[in-house]
Amino acid sequence: MRGSRSKALHDRALVNCQYSMATFSTGERKRRPHGDRKSSEMTLHLKQTFEAAILTQLYPRSQIDIYVQILQADGGNYCACVNAATLATIDAGIPMRDYVCASSAGFIEDTPLADLNYVEEAAGGPQVALALLPKSDQIALLEMNSRLHEDHLEQVIEAASKACKDVYAVLDQVVRDHVHEVTTLLGE
Amino acid sequence: MKETPLSNCERRFLLRAIEERKRLDGRQSYDYRNVRISFGADYGCCIVELGRTRVLGQVSCELVSPKLNRATEGILFFNLELSPMAAPAFEPGRQSDLLVKLNRLLERCLRNSKCIDTESLCVVAGVKVWQIRVDLHLLNHDGNIIDAASIAAIVALCHFRRPDVSVQGEEVTLYTPEERDPVPLSIHHMPICVSFAFFQQGTYLLVDPSEREERVMDGLLVIAMNKHREICTIQSSGGIMLLKDQVLRCSKITGVKVAEITELIQKALENDQKVRKEGGKFGFAESIPNQKISAFKMERAPVDTNDVEEQAEEIITKADPPSDVFAKPILRMPGTAQIGEGIENSWGDLEESEREEEEEGNSDDATTPEGQKMETEEINVVSKTKKDDDTIVLSDSEEEEVVILEPEEREKKTRTHTSTKQENSSSKKAFNKKRKKKRATH
Repeated sequence: MRGSRSKALHDRALVNCQYSMATFSTGERKRRPHGDRKSSEMTLHLKQTFEAAILTQLYPRSQIDIYVQILQADGGNYCACVNAATLATIDAGIPMRDYVCASSAGFIEDTPLADLNYVEEAAGGPQVALALLPKSDQIALLEMNSRLHEDHLEQVIEAASKACKDVYAVLDQVVRDHVHEVTTLLGE
Repeated sequence: MKETPLSNCERRFLLRAIEERKRLDGRQSYDYRNVRISFGADYGCCIVELGRTRVLGQVSCELVSPKLNRATEGILFFNLELSPMAAPAFEPGRQSDLLVKLNRLLERCLRNSKCIDTESLCVVAGVKVWQIRVDLHLLNHDGNIIDAASIAAIVALCHFRRPDVSVQGEEVTLYTPEERDPVPLSIHHMPICVSFAFFQQGTYLLVDPSEREERVMDGLLVIAMNKHREICTIQSSGGIMLLKDQVLRCSKITGVKVAEITELIQKALENDQKVRKEGGKFGFAESIPNQKISAFKMERAPVDTNDVEEQAEEIITKADPPSDVFAKPILRMPGTAQIGEGIENSWGDLEESEREEEEEGNSDDATTPEGQKMETEEINVVSKTKKDDDTIVLSDSEEEEVVILEPEEREKKTRTHTSTKQENSSSKKAFNKKRKKKRATH
């Protein structure tokens, strides 16, 4: 454990995240890649999501670092980070409860939309970011911005859940293919 | 100053109480604490008290040049400060995680939901706009900062009056409050945050957690809504896993709570408006009642003791009589004797030092076990904190004095017993505990 020895937990691993956006990732050059309020908030959310998903009980007094860098921001930044971090954690061999799949959803013109891009987000309508453990349908993180009538909430969460499950199918397939390939190359 | 860690027995006590649907301050699971709103002498200054959590909100405005990509909109700036005044654990510059979380939540709740019409804050497009700054200071932390802060912010914004401006062609005239009455901000709706604390992996849910409950909770869900049932923000935090129907249920509860709080806010604003118009006295000096520095203001919670006697009788008749165990005193040396042997205490976490206290010495009456009933502070503390359904009512009695015993007499000096019957029953209770001590009757 480097650095923050004092933060070590005696019974669990500490999950340390950092969310950073490359200066060239947005339309206008980003002055501060990390450390501003929005990035700190994203960092906290990532940390919260992965602390819930990783079996931290297995690694007391240790630290797991997750660094995420956005190379191009076109909407759904948080969701892309979560999906990427899930794959990275699986590749690192760290045991998790389940895949963590995330997707955003919105509600424009009385229609729930899944996975918003930058233009749809910038329009200012309601946006929901949902991080889900697909097999048990448990929500690891739910975040909503802008105004949305209570009656539409269910539809939007439904849309986001469905998108998460679709992402799960893709991620699972990718992982299996990769493992298959690697084991073939290793000649086992 | 580092935060004092919560002891294990306090944690267990709180969780057990929550499992039995009891809260420390007697509220129901979905009850809010008392909300009190008071206004200062300036427009835009208010103090909101949610139970004992107090937040001071102040709104100020300034003419600045607008942001480049938003030339026709005013600027809103929110800032929540956590100072050591609120809690000793807050240090200037230390608790950045909590600060970021609270500030971002407030920003999203108030700015992204567009509760204030920023277009109306524009004076000259591209040149001069109003920058509205909301400063919130936490004065006392007793849990649920976010709710109190959101109420304070929206009340302060509703209360605020900005100076009037008129534009004639190229000329912009800014009127002082003496020349023209200041103008209120145009507020579309009032978003209020409601916090839900989850316990035992989402099995139990509490609204408006107090500070102690916040320490033992698993996670928090904040839903911000306005009275038109539009959700402005949802944020789940902590490590809990939620289910969709839990979220939907919470949003329904939020609707109810927000309606109540909004009504309260409207009333408070109207009252203040009325007082100012009638020329009466306004400001904190008038509205914060009876708080002399020498007095300790404490809210009294009435306890219903009407049927205490019947309940006590019931419990006595239902309870098992304690086993008649007579213990012979063991004389260790002149002046020190021991009656009975202590049994392994069931708490498990306590140290050796506790076991020593089980040995009692009775220098006066070393050899007369009969007619002695020993009851010490220690046992009563144990009996009171044991989670036993029988002792709900009787735990009123606060026995702080050590009982002086005379042989052959059952004299007991205690402070707050209501009847002798109760005395006996409480002593029976004490002895019926797992930490059995010597007991002898005559």
